[in-house]
Amino acid sequence: MGGSCIMADRPSGRARPDPIGLRAASHDRLLIAVVAAMSFLAALAMAGNLATTSLADHWLGGARNMLTIEVPDPTAAVQASSSVTRIDAVLAALRQRPTLSAVRALSPAELGRLLKPWLGDASSSGGTGIALPGVIIAQGDARASAVAGLSTGLNQIAPGTLIETGGGLAARLTTLTESLQASAAAILLIVAAVAASVVGVSVRAGLAQRREAVDIIHGLGARDSDIASPFAREIARQAGLGGLLGGLAALPVLLWLGRLAAGFALVPHAADRGVAGMLMDVPVLLWAGPVVLMLVAALIGWGVARTTVLGWLRHLA
Amino acid sequence: MIRFFNTGLDYQRLAGERRPLGDVDHPGLTDLSFTIESGGFRWLTGASGAGKTTLLKLMYLALPPTSGRIELLDSDPSRLDRAGRALLRRRIGVVYQDFRLLDHLNTFDNVALPLRLARRKESQIHADVTELLRWVGLADRLTHRPEELSGGEQQRVAICRAVVGRPSLLLADEPTGNLDDEQAVRLLHLFMSLNQLGTTVIIASHNLSLIERYRAPVLELQHGRLVYHG
Ligand SMILES: Nc1ncnc2c1ncn2[C@@H]1O[C@H](COP(=O)(O)OP(=O)(O)O)[C@@H](O)[C@H]1O
Ligand SMILES: [Mg+2]
Repeated sequence: MGGSCIMADRPSGRARPDPIGLRAASHDRLLIAVVAAMSFLAALAMAGNLATTSLADHWLGGARNMLTIEVPDPTAAVQASSSVTRIDAVLAALRQRPTLSAVRALSPAELGRLLKPWLGDASSSGGTGIALPGVIIAQGDARASAVAGLSTGLNQIAPGTLIETGGGLAARLTTLTESLQASAAAILLIVAAVAASVVGVSVRAGLAQRREAVDIIHGLGARDSDIASPFAREIARQAGLGGLLGGLAALPVLLWLGRLAAGFALVPHAADRGVAGMLMDVPVLLWAGPVVLMLVAALIGWGVARTTVLGWLRHLA
Repeated sequence: MIRFFNTGLDYQRLAGERRPLGDVDHPGLTDLSFTIESGGFRWLTGASGAGKTTLLKLMYLALPPTSGRIELLDSDPSRLDRAGRALLRRRIGVVYQDFRLLDHLNTFDNVALPLRLARRKESQIHADVTELLRWVGLADRLTHRPEELSGGEQQRVAICRAVVGRPSLLLADEPTGNLDDEQAVRLLHLFMSLNQLGTTVIIASHNLSLIERYRAPVLELQHGRLVYHG
């Protein structure tokens, strides 16, 4: 056998040598599956959090300074002798107030869109049989004292008129979004903890399986990090794969949720512009989601694997 | 230089067990004191169970002594950190009684392992490993995995792995057990030439004819005690 022949079947290929035999072993499918499931949940929690925050912002846009005035029986005359309707009288009174601006009545179409999520299409066709109040919106001082004075004045013109301020709604919505954010954070923590413990179990199983090889390499003078690093790299790869798969699996669900949420928006929104418009409206964060989940999962896998291996190696002299 | 100072190894204590009172004849090693000069050659003899493997384990840092202390290649392993002990291990070549080859690596990669751990250049590794394997007659076994080799071939692979890094200390545990006489003599020549190049060599063996042929100082163990050194 000549030298050229030895070169021809060069025994160690181009690939990085794998003394612990990590590549030879099949993937830990359970690890990948659990990490994928966890990152699916994480994606939902993050998206839910994102959606509530942006919907709340949307709904709250100006709500703090917004007054909603509901006039029951809007088209009735103010008095039997007059031809002025109740809603027109209230509108006129509101427009005289210097502290209020942007006073306008919502058209039946706007009202219909606002109520559509609750009443369906019937609301705009007027076929519900429900007597809808006239609704006027205005920007201005929404503090309780100012509102009380305004209410007294308006009720003299059109008895039964109600004033809703954005303030109470805003406070309740803020509380709601804050608790939803806290739940999302709790879910993320739990999900990360589950992923980390599955990584720990997987690494310990892998070590037990390769105990002999680890022993031998340790005996040949491998430093702890020489052994921990390939483990950490391999686990990071698998966890990253799981994170990516889970994030990708969550995307359709998130798009569907986004579509539902768009229906609740006041302004004509993505839902009216077809799938393409909807996809463009999806926050960048949502598209980055699977990549972010992949990186975070890989990082958790890397850190836990490294720590676990280094701890385990303490058994060896 | 290797020095043992009243060194003992008590397997039961190592496992965290208490020994019953009056149990003197415990397995392990008791109160060993000796010096092997740098570049020396020793036969390590004794009946089966006398403690030869245990003594070698102390020397290749697989076990810490439970009493006394040792000095290896001019350092006290117990005073080194883990990374320091790893670096010290790289200067010690070991031929294990049961070879301890990695099953999933072929002959070449098994032998190349110490050089790769030391981050040698691949071109250098290739040259050194193929030359050594050719020398022990395994040139046509480079891509075979251990399970495809005979016992004698595996033993030669294990020996190549131990010597390829030109260690300062070479420890061999019954290295000729699976070899025929001709091969055994060939390997002893290899050990001798390493020894002449300055490597300290210690070979555990009960092959008396081999020991007769290559006269060198003997460490003899009996029931875990050193009964003869000279
Ligand atoms: N891991 C161990 N745990 C407990 N006792 C052991 C262990 N290894 C060896 N021994 C005991 O220590 C003594 C010396 O064994 P060993 O060093 O293997 O002898 P040798 O290599 O000379 O045949 C024996 O009595 C053996 O049973
Ligand atoms: Mg033995």
